[in-house]
Amino acid sequence: MIRITPPIDNATIKQLHAGDKVLLSGTILTARDQAHIRLVKDQATDLDLKGAVIYYVGPTPARPGEIIGASGPTSSYRMDSLSVPLMERGVKMMIGKGNRSKAFRNAMIENNAVYMIATGGAGALLSSKIKSVRVIKYEDLGTEAVHALEVEDFPCFVAYDVHGKSIFKGDV
Amino acid sequence: MRTVSAEKLTKAVKDSLIKINYELDNSLVTLLKKAKSKETSNLSKSILDDILENQALARDRKAPLCQDTGVAVIFVEHGLDVRLDGNLDDAINAGVRLAYDEGYLRKSVVQHPFNRENTKDNTPAIIHTKLVDGDQIKLKIASKGAGSENMSKVVMLTPSDGIEGVKKLVLDTIFDAGGKPCPPIIVGIGVGGNFEKSAMLAKEAILRDLDDSNPDPSLNALEKELLSEINALGVGPMGVGGETTCLAVKINTFPMHIASLPVAINIQCHSARHMEVTL
Ligand code: SF4
Repeated sequence: MIRITPPIDNATIKQLHAGDKVLLSGTILTARDQAHIRLVKDQATDLDLKGAVIYYVGPTPARPGEIIGASGPTSSYRMDSLSVPLMERGVKMMIGKGNRSKAFRNAMIENNAVYMIATGGAGALLSSKIKSVRVIKYEDLGTEAVHALEVEDFPCFVAYDVHGKSIFKGDV
Repeated sequence: MRTVSAEKLTKAVKDSLIKINYELDNSLVTLLKKAKSKETSNLSKSILDDILENQALARDRKAPLCQDTGVAVIFVEHGLDVRLDGNLDDAINAGVRLAYDEGYLRKSVVQHPFNRENTKDNTPAIIHTKLVDGDQIKLKIASKGAGSENMSKVVMLTPSDGIEGVKKLVLDTIFDAGGKPCPPIIVGIGVGGNFEKSAMLAKEAILRDLDDSNPDPSLNALEKELLSEINALGVGPMGVGGETTCLAVKINTFPMHIASLPVAINIQCHSARHMEVTL
């Protein structure tokens, strides 16, 4: 078990190996399809992505008195090409589910970043690790807006590391 | 003639959608526990642990199992001797609207393929209606997420491809999908009919009871054979490798043209949310 608190530096990335279980604590950002499209277009964004963690999630609405609804990962492959410019702008870790393209993996290694998976469909469990939520960009996107999540011991697994290894059965 | 009130149908749709999004079916939980006991690596065990812990937490807290609470899919079997005192589709959509609002479920439906504007109440549901004998209205109600739906397909094989062609297609589809559809999965296969009929058969197949057995002995055997061949692929929970990729295979068939062998594969993730109600 490895504990990590963002922002993440290159030394930390190097220590991670496919299959490692990681507990994240601190601030992570959420973004999925629509927010990625905007972030990529919006070069001059004030959002600091240096060392950032992006979690691909679109939660269910929170009940009154709750912080957030179910918050499990969405499939990552839809963000493959959009992830590349964001890694170039400093994103170090992406959390989603499922395998991704070869082009993504190459760009990830080049940019010293890492791809993590969280257990898909475990929305209730993962939301219990989120301690606060703040919308920080593109509020009009609703569930797809960029949120800053404060997490505590958020469980995920290293899927692709910078050493070229993958957690997935189908990958070489 | 018996009359069923549209209000009652709306409430049944609403209550069912909320319930299935909070509670996994017991037979599914049993299969997931069995799958966990078979895993040998800490990684695949740990993922199945998360899935089991998640469903217990969701049930306790009356909270959605998964953030993708899906599109509502409703199969209606409408008896000829019963009358609904209102518009069927409207009554169903009213139930969907209430469930996704009051149940705090995510509204995931967009109006148009290109402008992608959210309809904000998760309607319209996808409704399939069949007229049957009798004086009851039976509803099969499902919330279908996109992760597994996106990995599904319809392929027009040719008769000479035969059973081996169907098996190869199923195995290739599941191997290529990897961890994306949130394995362990349930696989619904529709063989026969025509292009659209095969897709309907596959969708109905994933709504079958997990522990039923196919009344056709040869299909029953094929379901078991495919289950073990899929698991031999080793994709494993969330694609990380392991003993269990698939919990059940269900095959439904229909007569077809002499020149056709349509095959549809509908993949259902472990968050298999559906139930039946009869009014
Ligand atoms: S595939 Fe199923 S379990 Fe996975 S995120 Fe989608 S709805 Fe949830």
